[in-house]
Amino acid sequence: MSTTTQAGPVVPASALKERRPLGDRIFQILALAAGLLVLAILILIAFSTSQQASSWFSAEGLSGVFSTTWNPAANKFGSLDFVYGTAITALIAIIIAVPLSLGIALLLTEVVSRRWSRPIVYVIDLLAVVPSVVWGLWGILVLAPWLQKIYTSIGSGVKGIPVLGSLFGPPVSGASFFTAGLILAFMITPIITSLSREVIATVPAIDREGAYALGATRWEMIRGAVWPHSQSGIVGAVLLGLGRAMGETIAAALVIGASPQITSHLFAPGYSMPSVIADQFGEASGVFRAALIGLGVLLFALTIIINVIARGVVARSTRRSRGA
Amino acid sequence: MAATTQQPAVDLREPPSWRRTKNRIMTVLMVLALLIIMVPLVFVLYTVISKGAGIISGQFLTAAIPPNVLPGNIGGMGPAVVGTLEITALASVIAIPLGVLGAIYLNEYGKKNVLAKIIGFMADVMTGVPSIVMGLFIFSIWTLHFGFSGLGGAFALACLMLPLVIRSSQEMLSLVPDALREGSYALGASRARVTVTVVLPTAIGGIVSGCLLAVARAAGETAPLLFTILTVSSTNSNVFSGPDTALPAQIFANATSPYNGAQARAWGAALTLIVIAFILLVGARIITARFTRVGR
Repeated sequence: MSTTTQAGPVVPASALKERRPLGDRIFQILALAAGLLVLAILILIAFSTSQQASSWFSAEGLSGVFSTTWNPAANKFGSLDFVYGTAITALIAIIIAVPLSLGIALLLTEVVSRRWSRPIVYVIDLLAVVPSVVWGLWGILVLAPWLQKIYTSIGSGVKGIPVLGSLFGPPVSGASFFTAGLILAFMITPIITSLSREVIATVPAIDREGAYALGATRWEMIRGAVWPHSQSGIVGAVLLGLGRAMGETIAAALVIGASPQITSHLFAPGYSMPSVIADQFGEASGVFRAALIGLGVLLFALTIIINVIARGVVARSTRRSRGA
Repeated sequence: MAATTQQPAVDLREPPSWRRTKNRIMTVLMVLALLIIMVPLVFVLYTVISKGAGIISGQFLTAAIPPNVLPGNIGGMGPAVVGTLEITALASVIAIPLGVLGAIYLNEYGKKNVLAKIIGFMADVMTGVPSIVMGLFIFSIWTLHFGFSGLGGAFALACLMLPLVIRSSQEMLSLVPDALREGSYALGASRARVTVTVVLPTAIGGIVSGCLLAVARAAGETAPLLFTILTVSSTNSNVFSGPDTALPAQIFANATSPYNGAQARAWGAALTLIVIAFILLVGARIITARFTRVGR
């Protein structure tokens, strides 16, 4: 017994380590470089775009940057109208998309069988691959003229009612904050749905079965077992949808109406940060161009903050559930 | 005798009717959510198909784009079709190898270390960077110095694809069972060799389908192209220099045109774009279903 174990050559552990071939090390370095590229690009985006936008910040100062006057002819570049438009359209999109997404996510995870969930996922995927510019083309040529009639009748219906009257007054045209928000809602529903589904899927089966064993109906089980468990993850998914809605450019550019203004009137035409960049960049130079790139920097900063928070929340909630 | 047959105070078998009703209402609402979101999808697909199907033809896909001074002339989208294929292909050639390599680092080398976690997290964050910011970025570092070109557009699309490819590939690599890796290590193979000859072939189906979905995303993007290719209407066969054009950029330019011909051309281009995206999506599904040896 003891003779056989001594038969093989004794190799010290250090010798095994040294045998790592050169090709292996080169491959590891290449892979690491590709990974680091992600960090490099993010840093470069922040650096190069802020550099291009610096003349805007220095020409306008903080109060000029956050003013409401946008008049390229007079060299006035205040961003507040666009920040407002971005916020309000994203908010409308979230208010419409969240109930729809949660409904579909719960339908997929808790109600239908696998045989039905597959085709539903295909439909949601299909919704996600319709290009932004096609949504915009359809929005401005088909949806907006049709919505204009609805806006007009809603507008005359709520005339004189205090709050509703100032929110839903008669429209200028079909292109408005609300049209943009509606199109954005369609576009962000797939991402909120798929992320919520991921989060809901981590709810332990034992929680569900426990709730059913206590005699809960399916809805009571969702309220009592699924919701407390996935609440924070769903907040993260909603935030990610918000970030997507804020950055969405082309569809919003086509249907938002292209007029910078701050108004509580949701059926009025407006403007948002990404759409003004897309529309006016071609004819811009000097401080005008710096201002448009500066809007991009603001947008980048906002979406990065939202995404970091959202991803952090989602990652923590799924990790916690897996550990439990 | 009467005591044993007495019903218990609370009926355990069936919830009271209002609880069942509430449950039913909520289920109906969930189904309703699905139906509501299908309305715009069906509506947009119906419109694009009905308006685009009559326009799209072999000639439409190859003919030149007429100047906008000819109001009723539909003409074709040849230069934009060429541009989209060239720019998207170039972007894929840049982003897919880098993305798969990055995923290999994250899953095979970095696994548990802090750097890999940071990179993975930032790749997720990068998927949320608006596409127009990618366009401004490439404009700042490339187009300002080297001028408009298809290559600049491809760089911008590649920035958009990179995190998508990294995340989907990493997920597929993580599904490869460790027993396969350990078996190969036991035979004396190096880590690079194990990755290239064992891990990648096992996960290739999932990786390819993830890449196809990223390509589908990129092919439809307009915003990154606006400032990097300078949408023109002539064919540019050299993707590396000179202003170029692409289908999404042409649709954006034509959508607000008052001319019938230009609008018709936009619908034709929209249908072409949706068909391309649909083919990539279906391709990804087929590959996932047939060639994935591990996974779902």
